[in-house]
Amino acid sequence: MGSETFQLSRREMLMSSATTAAVSSFASETAEAAPPVKAVPTYKVAMTVNGASQTLTLDPRTTLLDALREHLHLTGTKKGCDHGQCGACTVIVNGERINACLSLAVQHQGDAVTTIEGLGTPERLHPMQAAFVKHDGYQCGYCTPGQICSAVSVLEEIKRGIPSHAQADLMAAPKPTGAEMRERMSGNICRCGAYSNIVDAMADVAGARA
Amino acid sequence: MKSFTYERATTPADAAGIVASNPGARFLGGGTNLLDLMKLEIETPTHLVDVQDLKLDRIEPTEAGGLRIGAFVTNTALASDERVRRDYGVLSRAIVAGASGQLRNKATTAGNLLQRTRCPYFYDTNQPCNKRKPGSGCAAIGGYSRQLAVIGSSDACIATYPGDMAVAMRVLDATVETVRADGKTRSIPIGSFHTLPGDTPERDNALDHGELITAVTLPRPVGGTHVYRKVRDRASYAFALVSVAAIVQRDGSGRAAFGGVAHRPWRVEAAEAAMPRGAVEMSNAVFADARPTDDNAFKIPLATRTLAAVLAEVKP
Amino acid sequence: MIFDTPAGTNPTDRMKVLGKPLDRYEGHLKTTGTATYAYEWQDVAPGFAYGYILGAAIARGRITSIDTRDAERAPGVIGVVTYLNAGKPGVGKFYVQKMLAAPEVDHYHQPVAVVVAETFEQARAAAGLVRVDYQRTAGRFDLAAQNGSAPVPPEGEFGGPNEKRVGDFARAFAAAPVKVDETYTVPDQAHAMMEPHASIAKWDGDRVTCWTSIQQMNWGTRDLGLILGIPKQNVHLISPYIGGGFGGKGTVQIDLALAAIAARVVKRPVKIALQRPIMFNTTIHRPKTIQRVQLGAGRDGRLTAIGHDSLSGNLVGGRTEPTVTSTRTLYAGANRLTRMRLATLDLAEGNAMRAPGEAPGLMALEIAMDELAEKLKMDPIELRVVNDTQVDPENPDKPFSTRAFVRCLREGAQRFHWDKRRSTPSAVREGQWLIGMGMAGAIRGGKIAKAGARARLDRTGVVTIETDMTDIGTGSYTVVQQTAAEMMGVAPDRIVVKLGDSTFPETPGSGGQQGAPSVTAGVYAACTKLRETVAQRLGFNTADVDFADGHVHSGNRSVKLADAAKDGDIVVEDLMEFAKLADQFQQQTFGAHFAEVAVDAYTGEVRVRRMLAVCAAGRILNAKTARSQVIGGMVMGVGAALMEDMAIDKRFGFFVNHDLAGYEVPVHADIPHLDAFFIDEVDPTISPVKAKGVGELGLTGVAPAIANAIYNATGVRVREYPITLEKHLDRLPALA
Repeated sequence: MGSETFQLSRREMLMSSATTAAVSSFASETAEAAPPVKAVPTYKVAMTVNGASQTLTLDPRTTLLDALREHLHLTGTKKGCDHGQCGACTVIVNGERINACLSLAVQHQGDAVTTIEGLGTPERLHPMQAAFVKHDGYQCGYCTPGQICSAVSVLEEIKRGIPSHAQADLMAAPKPTGAEMRERMSGNICRCGAYSNIVDAMADVAGARA
Repeated sequence: MKSFTYERATTPADAAGIVASNPGARFLGGGTNLLDLMKLEIETPTHLVDVQDLKLDRIEPTEAGGLRIGAFVTNTALASDERVRRDYGVLSRAIVAGASGQLRNKATTAGNLLQRTRCPYFYDTNQPCNKRKPGSGCAAIGGYSRQLAVIGSSDACIATYPGDMAVAMRVLDATVETVRADGKTRSIPIGSFHTLPGDTPERDNALDHGELITAVTLPRPVGGTHVYRKVRDRASYAFALVSVAAIVQRDGSGRAAFGGVAHRPWRVEAAEAAMPRGAVEMSNAVFADARPTDDNAFKIPLATRTLAAVLAEVKP
Repeated sequence: MIFDTPAGTNPTDRMKVLGKPLDRYEGHLKTTGTATYAYEWQDVAPGFAYGYILGAAIARGRITSIDTRDAERAPGVIGVVTYLNAGKPGVGKFYVQKMLAAPEVDHYHQPVAVVVAETFEQARAAAGLVRVDYQRTAGRFDLAAQNGSAPVPPEGEFGGPNEKRVGDFARAFAAAPVKVDETYTVPDQAHAMMEPHASIAKWDGDRVTCWTSIQQMNWGTRDLGLILGIPKQNVHLISPYIGGGFGGKGTVQIDLALAAIAARVVKRPVKIALQRPIMFNTTIHRPKTIQRVQLGAGRDGRLTAIGHDSLSGNLVGGRTEPTVTSTRTLYAGANRLTRMRLATLDLAEGNAMRAPGEAPGLMALEIAMDELAEKLKMDPIELRVVNDTQVDPENPDKPFSTRAFVRCLREGAQRFHWDKRRSTPSAVREGQWLIGMGMAGAIRGGKIAKAGARARLDRTGVVTIETDMTDIGTGSYTVVQQTAAEMMGVAPDRIVVKLGDSTFPETPGSGGQQGAPSVTAGVYAACTKLRETVAQRLGFNTADVDFADGHVHSGNRSVKLADAAKDGDIVVEDLMEFAKLADQFQQQTFGAHFAEVAVDAYTGEVRVRRMLAVCAAGRILNAKTARSQVIGGMVMGVGAALMEDMAIDKRFGFFVNHDLAGYEVPVHADIPHLDAFFIDEVDPTISPVKAKGVGELGLTGVAPAIANAIYNATGVRVREYPITLEKHLDRLPALA
């Protein structure tokens, strides 16, 4: 334990683990002075969500994800990691899928947002939602809305000729093959491991469209 | 995440002016890295200047026969551009090897250049990190360093630049265009854009505070076969252990830059003369000054073997 | 109802609804984002506030001071909870971790404060303003450093005795003509379920109601009661949807404990979701094991000596990882020594993760079997076949209730085209790829436990089942629906299923792959009672009735089931209890896993090309959801084989890669099309429904099958999981 040598500095005590040492933690990096007590600024944000106009007055720190979940109560969009590492928060903004957790709501003034609730309802499933049910493309269901928003977008991206890492020839039009879908869906983690079924569901929808 | 104020700038100089006059201000592009870091209070800006309205989202031909890529062009748009796919395949390939479809739809060209390290100690504010908190020490040295730098590092920092796009830009001899508050512009060769950590690991690049990236320009195409080979633990959605961006000509000559090994995309032009003689000789020259840790020493043979795989792939 | 003799024919044998690949009961909700998870309840707790947890900055030591003044002054902050105002939180019975550093810090990121504020953004920001001073003390973070010194602990509640001897292992091993003696390492692994632990807590006097994400309701009420110092009757837990658990949400975790504690302190309902970066060091995980396996065999391949010595570590009071469990039952062999030792570590608590014991244990044993097969020049499947046993190898008087292990091996070999495998390693190359095939056996306990259910028949003929069983993605809703439909002779759409409420009849919940067998047995009991009550109401002889097609038939009389409730709902409740049979029979599930991998000859990257699981687990209740459970286990097994590793900083004592970018789990691109096949069998010794669980069986054996395939591809044996490229890179073919 004491064999490592370190660059020691004013955090010398924190670095020294061999014996007892005093340590302070203060997550703030700019915390030398006490923070002044002041009101949080707010901003008005207008966007269209699933076809309906919404105007919210928000703390600018509010992510698009938290705006949807905590302010509009559209909790179909999930928070899995809040750091762009899982894809559970995938929504479609102006026709392109993004991670709603890594976007501030104020960045989306005037944007059109489609969430899982906007694709279909329990009574009227979107074809991709129906295919997920049929092929059991989910288990716990928590990553599922993000998977479905991605799956719908992926088939659209393939149609639009957006290239992927799976393509042998960058100039050729991509096809909805298993390899293409798996690569393009890789930003959506499913810990229950429904991947094989999800690709079956997507192939079903892609085939129906073709 | 600390409280901040937010505004949208209308011109590049306007944006640069606002940020230059406020030490706590930062540009906000796609936000995919900055917001991640703000949530952890690794970045604590007091004011964000959103650059999405600056009309920097076009890819245009240059008079020199190259391309000028607006700073706000998304990764997806850049990788999809037909000219890029045709003439700068290594760039398109590098981009689609990175992150995920969702992130590439949001991440911008400038933002990707400014992506900060993924060193886990940088990401944990309880840990000493000279890059996050200058002078606090480097917990990565002697710690878990499997992903970290093997070359160009210092006693203060062994972080890597984690991205893919810039590795391809390095091999393409791209130039980073900037503007400052006073309207003055600067062209920075990609090779001197990212800095080495040295004694100032808090700096990632050559930009001054308030200096805004407006574009990246690519010189006219150089032909050849373009390859981007990324090696990682899982098959997608992971940072590189090692990557190789290469352009190889019919005669076996070419260029190669390495990702995942240093604080910047690693290219040693002088070593490229050895490319026709094979991966081992070239790699020995590229990594002659390597200083790996026990955890990441494998990256050097891995880089050699990855280069060998690339050269085997392009062999006519 | 007591189940104490093997089941005869009963209504579940009709298999009109049971066994069918029904779509999930709740599928239309999960696919439309309308299933409500713990953090998402909107109207149940008016005036709720947001809690945000601050984790300890050190691994071991004590808090010397906490200054919360700046945080308390920050905008929107309602209160800050620390050990100074939290009361004295107790400890639950299953997890030993303490919910707050008070003021001793037991492990990194152990909660030191909860900041409660009007908004999430305000709570998060204010958490950064809490100033904590610590006195750090030296900690124990390196398991290997205690290999040799760690003791064999006394037997605990789970996992059986920590040391068992049969025959004379030492002598038999010394005398064996063919031996394997190797050490294998399985790293610390994270559950990494997609839904972070989350809870909303609301107090009403001395009673607390919590909307949470927890697998076992009965443990949850017990443990939260102990932590809060209130009777468990005063705890009401509600968890109808759970975003994955894998054991990591077995019972009360810090989100639930601290939401309840914080709500009590600030006198407002509080909701907390764990931020992903603290989950790895604050919640439980599968602990690392260092396992020495010694196999001695005759030249015919018959095992004469089986030794398995396993070391794991834990917080003080924590349990061993029961890795040797499967070694005690899987193969014949007269001389056996299995032993588990326990080191003390100052890392987050090690505890149950999907197939605790069997999953990491087989990761060692099944590589060792592959190594033995190679030494014997035997096919790995044949080696397993000659060592099959139909009785418990440690208790020859105790037969297996069912044991289709050899059928799994043979069926799998045929389906996977095992005959195409070259037994010589590194013999198949396709371009840059080295190709290999591997297999491993699988065993996992077929447990069952007391379970109850309530059944209500209404005048429309709808049967509503209520039980405190949970559905963590396993398919509980659907198998309950199918069991009730089969029992009552109605279409599945006539069944309403309500789960995940601690006021409903008790079950063991989701854990140990005993959920589906247990709850369906409970539903069987309740439905049996409902049938009797219905028959009595209709004036039928209960011994001679048939429930089918929505009707009740007796002799030549036929009445609509709904008519029985025309004067009012019929509500009955019963539970199934189990006696004796588990003592008479060794009840296990079996499987065989097959994998084909490609290893990049240049870079050493491994890509799985094909996988197959063949499983025998009694009656399969739903062919679709059971298959999904198994392929889901296979995906987790790919992660265990190739990438999952909680990296420890042995100086500062914490898991360094504590987020989902650093701790990699498989993504879509890692997983090929997966095949799973079930052996047709029933186990009448388990319950009247004759079903065992499959969720954990699907994981056990997967990682060693991949490891063996990698060896077959490369000729390089890696015994330290995960098999990342640097572990074989230097022994791959030299560059031309």
